[in-house]
Amino acid sequence: MKARSILLHVGLTAGLLLSVFPFYWLLVMATRTTADIYSFPPKLWFGTKLGDNVSRVFENIDFFGAFWNTLFVATACAALVLFFDSLAGFTFAKFEFPGKKILFVLLLATMMAPAQLSLVPSFVIMAKLGWVGSFKALIIPGMANAFGIFWIRQYAQESVPSELLDAGRIDGCGFFRLYWNVALPILRPALSFLGAFTFIGAWNDYLWPLIILTDESKYTLQVALASLNGIYLSDYSMVIAGTLLAVIPLIVLFLFVSKQFISDIAAGAIKS
Amino acid sequence: MGKPMLNPEPARVPSSRRTEGGLAARIWKHRKEYLAISPFYILFAVFGLFPIAFSMYLSFQKWDGIGRMSYNGLNNYRFMLTDPEFWRAVGNTLLIWIYSTIPMLFLALVVAFLLHSSFVRMRTLYRVGYFLPNVTSLVAVAIVFGTIFSNNYGLLNYTLNLLGLNSIEWLNRTWGIQLAISVMVIWRWAGYNAIIYLAGLQSIPTVLYEAAKIDGASGVQAFFRITVPNLRPIILFTLITSTIGGMQVFTEPQVLVGNDGGAGGGGLTIVLYLYREAFVHNYFGYGAAVGWGMFILIALFSIVNWLFVQGRPSHDQGVK
Repeated sequence: MKARSILLHVGLTAGLLLSVFPFYWLLVMATRTTADIYSFPPKLWFGTKLGDNVSRVFENIDFFGAFWNTLFVATACAALVLFFDSLAGFTFAKFEFPGKKILFVLLLATMMAPAQLSLVPSFVIMAKLGWVGSFKALIIPGMANAFGIFWIRQYAQESVPSELLDAGRIDGCGFFRLYWNVALPILRPALSFLGAFTFIGAWNDYLWPLIILTDESKYTLQVALASLNGIYLSDYSMVIAGTLLAVIPLIVLFLFVSKQFISDIAAGAIKS
Repeated sequence: MGKPMLNPEPARVPSSRRTEGGLAARIWKHRKEYLAISPFYILFAVFGLFPIAFSMYLSFQKWDGIGRMSYNGLNNYRFMLTDPEFWRAVGNTLLIWIYSTIPMLFLALVVAFLLHSSFVRMRTLYRVGYFLPNVTSLVAVAIVFGTIFSNNYGLLNYTLNLLGLNSIEWLNRTWGIQLAISVMVIWRWAGYNAIIYLAGLQSIPTVLYEAAKIDGASGVQAFFRITVPNLRPIILFTLITSTIGGMQVFTEPQVLVGNDGGAGGGGLTIVLYLYREAFVHNYFGYGAAVGWGMFILIALFSIVNWLFVQGRPSHDQGVK
């Protein structure tokens, strides 16, 4: 038994090291000069140039600009998704109205519509609306989505008691008050997952912002990073330091929510 | 569509009027519910459905995005089907999908089994560590893996040299680029799938194993008779999601080797090809046609997946 347990942990730890190694490698490179990064054999331990590299990131690119752009877009996406999805999910879970079944099946069916198919026409629509170059194009089309509504509905069905809603009604709560004051506090665990999920997705999104954002001052971190990567080959330690800075906030966020987040991801997959 | 279950003001409308008013009155009475669910349907109509219809129209046009559109008949489709670059992109996408999905799902299964073992200490640490790659941005991943697979001074070549092997110019070879992209996909998604498999394993009732043990079944028998059938729907789910994801690989090659897919076009995937034709070369009509080509490809793949399920419909129980 003991030998088996050791073997098991050796296997798991090896996998864990592979999983974490690129982060370590990123950190090592960010503390090195460009010459070190291009040196052979490679330098595998930390250097002393992290401060230099980071300050060059701030000098050469508008890092904070890109950071705020990303934060703004991701926060707006998450907040709007939370509002619209929870409102619709709650309604589907706790109310009866004509056509409800068909509407819900329709909603599930839209999940199968392929997004990449409409890349070009979506861009054309954005151009017609005058939204090219604007954050509106990144935020508005996705502010209510089928997955989130489905997720909230499942949770609300299990956790929002109908008696509580009836009691609220007797106290004179209208539809919106029932949603806001009665249901929303109960839905919080489901909301925190959906919020983190949406935020991370929006933070990391690349293809659509790359197409939409034409003005450098509006670049999100991912677009800014990718453009740096192509330009500054001679100052690669700066690109690496920028990459590190762009990755850190999300890792911190993830570590905070990780435990619940991971079990929710798994639960979501098993439900569907 | 029976009777409303929760009816805020049931007494106000006299019953005779209710039957007279029929559907319209009932809909009006539930206007708040419809209002609450409407944003999704409006957004989907404008930004989901309309673009799909519009892309059909656009795929028969010749248009650079600025000037006038002109009708182009089937020429976009004809060009697509005869463009060797398009077929290369299709081939590359399939190859990268195979290189990445099979090892990825296999590794995920192994990790899930190990994590499921009752001996494991610090399971949370492993779960977080294995999941971490999945929340990291693809741009960052591509930049970091670019230095690992670098042609001359890369970490991988250093490792090869340590083992007494020669360096390989990874990013100057078609297969090297595809391998690098596949490794990125595996790295980012193996842990994610492992977590899902683990949840699947944990949801199999232990009673089943106990009963099997009492009946004298061996561990191997229990694995093939209990674990595999119960895990099947989940394996299928991961297969479908990785197929959809695999058909849409874009960021990894675009950041790693650029818009043309690098040496020999090894990194030219379908979405990268679509992006380049539409947004770099401004062939908007053609881009829309390529979108449809891609759609048909994904649909074919989904049918294959579906047939794969239908072929062995033995286990509908188990985890839902």
